[in-house]
Amino acid sequence: MSVWIAVTVTGVGCYLLKLAGLVAPQRVLDDPRVRRFTELVPVALLASLVAVQTFTTAGDLRLDGARVAGVTAAGIAFLLRAPFLVALVTAAVVAAGLRLL
Amino acid sequence: MTGLAWGAAAIPAGLSVQQACALSLLAFSGASQFAIAGVVSGGGALFTGTLGAVMLAGRNALYGLRLADLLRVQGWRRAICAHFVIDETTAVATAQPDRASARVGFFATGIPTYALWNLTTFIGAIGATRLGDPERYGLDLLGPAMFLGLLWPRLTAGATEVRVAVLGALIAVLAVPVLPTGVPIMVAAFAALLGLRERQRERERVKEPVR
Repeated sequence: MSVWIAVTVTGVGCYLLKLAGLVAPQRVLDDPRVRRFTELVPVALLASLVAVQTFTTAGDLRLDGARVAGVTAAGIAFLLRAPFLVALVTAAVVAAGLRLL
Repeated sequence: MTGLAWGAAAIPAGLSVQQACALSLLAFSGASQFAIAGVVSGGGALFTGTLGAVMLAGRNALYGLRLADLLRVQGWRRAICAHFVIDETTAVATAQPDRASARVGFFATGIPTYALWNLTTFIGAIGATRLGDPERYGLDLLGPAMFLGLLWPRLTAGATEVRVAVLGALIAVLAVPVLPTGVPIMVAAFAALLGLRERQRERERVKEPVR
């Protein structure tokens, strides 16, 4: 599958999900299990993305010190309630700085 | 402003400027876009990667459920509204006291955000193509840092969220060496089931004293 197909399918899929929410009957939301599950799936997915992109490289477990430090720095920034972009820049700067050393 | 970060992260991941911009125009969903970039850079199974990216947009469906009753838009207007169902517009629309101002808030937030998101994507992507080695500037950190930022407010929501997150992360990392790129993320979604079981037990515990 080419990257362009993935790009298109992601775009269309995201749109359809947004639309699905708008057109779905209200009683779907009334089911607490549906609500709970849709709340928790992103938690699991986001956590796995953080972990995979931090601790693995090209399909292998690998500890890249600069990357782990950068993600940790972002975590500290979020803990200190830093704005989103500040946290992102902090992560990049910490990693870039460590790689310079 | 995260658009800059997205544009700058998409290029080192192996997307073209056009692909980065197309994602911002079509998907308009930061987490999903970063997820696709992650899979492309891993050079792995695009099919499951795409599925994971789309699933990340699932929360937008949840927003839509909440907004449908609030905005009460019908027909073709609904089709247009759908594209602007994101974190920011939902936050603003749901904070309004009545339907008219909810609609105004929805579009007043959605349209500028969309315009800015696409513009900054373009600038970030063009900038990144001129920088050279992206790792030297720590651009590979933008993805995980962004996901952490999206995850953060959910972690503070409760102990179940934390358990689901830890389990999801563990599953994914352990699955990486054995499964093709993108698949571990999908498998991690099963961690959400743990939360469902806990919730059920909680409810049973709450019910019992009443009887």
